[in-house]
Amino acid sequence: MTSTKKDPVLVVLQLSGGNDYMNTVIPHAEPLYREKRPVVGVPDERILKLNDSIGLHPELAPLRRFWDSGDMAIIHGVGYANSPRSHFRSMDIWHTCEPDTLGTEGWLGRVTRDIDPHKENVVTAVSFGPSLPRALALSGVPVACVDDLENFGMLTSIQEEMQREKIIDRFSRLYSPTIGSGFVMDYLGQTGLDGLKAADILKVAPEQYSSSVEYPDTPIARKLKGISQVHQAGLGSRVLYCDHGSFDSHSNQVGMHDGLWRDVSAGVSSFFDDLRENDAADNVILMMFSEFGRRVHDNGSGTDHGAAGLVLVMGDPIKGGEYGEYPSSKPEDLEQGDLVPGTDFRGVYSTILEDWMGLDANPIVGGQFEKLAFV
Amino acid sequence: MASQDIALMAHLMRRAGFGASREELEERAARGYEATVEELLNPESQPAIDRYELVRFQPWTWRPGTIQGMGSAEWLHFMVTTKRPLEEKMALFWHQIFATGVSKVDHYDEITRMVALFREKGMGNYKDLLLEVAKNPAMIYWLDNFENHADAVNENWGRELLELFSMGVGTYTEVDVREASRAFTGWTFEPKLPRGPIGRHDWQFQYLPEDHDDGEKTFLGESGNFNGEDIINIVCEHPATATFVARHLYNFFVADEAQVPAWQVTPPKDEDAIDLLADTFVDSGCDMTAVLRVLFNSDFFKNARYARLKSPAEVVAGTLRLVGGFDFPGPGLGEMARQPTYMGQDLLNPPSVEGWHTGVEWINSGSLMRRINFTADMVSDVNRPGIRSMISRMQAQGDLTPQAMVDNCLDLMGPLDVDDATRQELVTHAETAGTVSWATDSDVNASEERISEMLQLIVSLRDYQYA
Repeated sequence: MTSTKKDPVLVVLQLSGGNDYMNTVIPHAEPLYREKRPVVGVPDERILKLNDSIGLHPELAPLRRFWDSGDMAIIHGVGYANSPRSHFRSMDIWHTCEPDTLGTEGWLGRVTRDIDPHKENVVTAVSFGPSLPRALALSGVPVACVDDLENFGMLTSIQEEMQREKIIDRFSRLYSPTIGSGFVMDYLGQTGLDGLKAADILKVAPEQYSSSVEYPDTPIARKLKGISQVHQAGLGSRVLYCDHGSFDSHSNQVGMHDGLWRDVSAGVSSFFDDLRENDAADNVILMMFSEFGRRVHDNGSGTDHGAAGLVLVMGDPIKGGEYGEYPSSKPEDLEQGDLVPGTDFRGVYSTILEDWMGLDANPIVGGQFEKLAFV
Repeated sequence: MASQDIALMAHLMRRAGFGASREELEERAARGYEATVEELLNPESQPAIDRYELVRFQPWTWRPGTIQGMGSAEWLHFMVTTKRPLEEKMALFWHQIFATGVSKVDHYDEITRMVALFREKGMGNYKDLLLEVAKNPAMIYWLDNFENHADAVNENWGRELLELFSMGVGTYTEVDVREASRAFTGWTFEPKLPRGPIGRHDWQFQYLPEDHDDGEKTFLGESGNFNGEDIINIVCEHPATATFVARHLYNFFVADEAQVPAWQVTPPKDEDAIDLLADTFVDSGCDMTAVLRVLFNSDFFKNARYARLKSPAEVVAGTLRLVGGFDFPGPGLGEMARQPTYMGQDLLNPPSVEGWHTGVEWINSGSLMRRINFTADMVSDVNRPGIRSMISRMQAQGDLTPQAMVDNCLDLMGPLDVDDATRQELVTHAETAGTVSWATDSDVNASEERISEMLQLIVSLRDYQYA
């Protein structure tokens, strides 16, 4: 076993659109749950009860075994004060740790810079999807944004190898920073050069990969498989990002939320099977979050934007269990009809940063926040 | 023809359209800048696209249903072949604001109808457009207003109407969201039937008075028994709306700005420009054509050459117009229509109701590679009519020095301004093979090859990513 020598890796799965906390980890013993959720409430007999107070949504069944084996932390009531209930503002806050001003630097961008301050590895952070999440955005920090691992290469129109090398060489010179060309030109230049290097490094990942695990054919499973391929190639990637959605279940929530979690649960389950089969699971944790939870009282079809939400952290190094308290759904304890967060999201980040990644959390999340004991 | 006239016309056509061939630029420049602006502002003076020709050769565009690629094929065809470029550009403008996606609506036919609405009314009165959007079935489904009932208010449409479609976050309260939502109860569509064997049924707006909350509402300080139209009227009178629309226009047509959620705290780059556009919006009673006329004739617009990054739709449509040969809706249109998706802009399927993050956020290592690879591939083919025409223009000048070849290519690809170091790098590359000669057939072949390579290098430049 070389597990203690392996660098810790963080995988983040963003549940975009506002995942309904109360229907993901369900407070089945709370009478108000039935009363307030006449339409979207999960029938009691379908809830996968974990203990006397909470249970999982039935579509999380593939994740149940992680709870049973103590590899899944359920973190209750996560958020921050004065939720704006706007998807975009709230996602920005989770991404930048700046609830009061408008931040542009992502917390995982800072993490990547701390891990690799001299930019020795352009694939320290890899994001799967067509756009760069703000969580990873930080001037001067390379992030490989991969849509399709098999087709990740520059100027593939030039087929003749010698000529291509010459052109690529010229391209590198053209993209080298020139003095005083401005932020956007510098950003373009750096992104082009980093992309060129990343393509060279990442092309080995699908070639080296072999696994008996068959992932489902869903967008989130494809992304998680890509993450697994990059991780297993041993390229030094430490922060890996993907997202799934949209969880914005204002209407027809029942079928919609079911389908979303069916895909996420199956994908995550395959991902860990794959890592475990290939002895690559012991240095990986996966965090799932959403920009907010949803309103306690359903609207007759779905649920509107809320405040406190749920974070799940999974993996072999995780100490499973419940952390924080399920916020009260009593009318007098709600704010504008929403659960009030009791756990600051920056406390969750701080736990991961200090107790897992071995970094100083304070400058990354912008202050001191109470940690939890899930690592 | 003064080259500055061509450069300004190229700028106008990149912004108010999807670019133009050199031949078209020369013809337009001869007619004059203001005349061209007026033509763009009066699209009905030009012929509309023959949609039936498209359907004849690409039957799936008739009712794409849920077919990825074919859903946006019609739109790409319009962008590439339209004689009414500003009409089409405004459709894209509104799609980025009233961002509605097939990921949830699951009905390309309806979202395409919404784009047709933008095409038809996008340069008219904003208030009328907003009302049409509020009644648009795809929007009603996208933002759940069909589940907004008198006895069970659903806030989704009411919130986004204020946050993303008119006033901007921070200009209203949670109570205003609630009250606006109440006013839109009973605004739904029919029939809500499940999908049939060849797709969904057409949807039509429906108002159900029995499901409308007829009580008194207090919205932005005014009270009354408001219905949806009243909310839209109040919103359109609010100064925040004029500024909001002005900032969107500036960001889309003039220069890259901060992202929309930042507007509350980030002042505009050019306050005077925003004031001018917002004042015109108010004075004209929300007339988009009036605002666009002021915008395109302003110095701040004319001076903003290459001040914003191209969106993926602009990259793809602009490249296809440049290289030519895509007037006929032939095979491969569906694959072309997927290209913007690979670059981060899945048309008719924005990532969320916020639309796409624009400007520098279009660029990441993956999307930049996709842009470069696509454009380089397209310009590498010397048999495409647009590239042939560039080669003919160079050939007509006789033998060219490497410098002259580089300058010709930069001129014909824009005209594109690059700094001296970049130009020198291109010249050094060209010098490795000496004079560009047309003396023999093999010289011609070699010269064409070199021009093709130079064009590929130029589209790879950072500078080429700007519009």
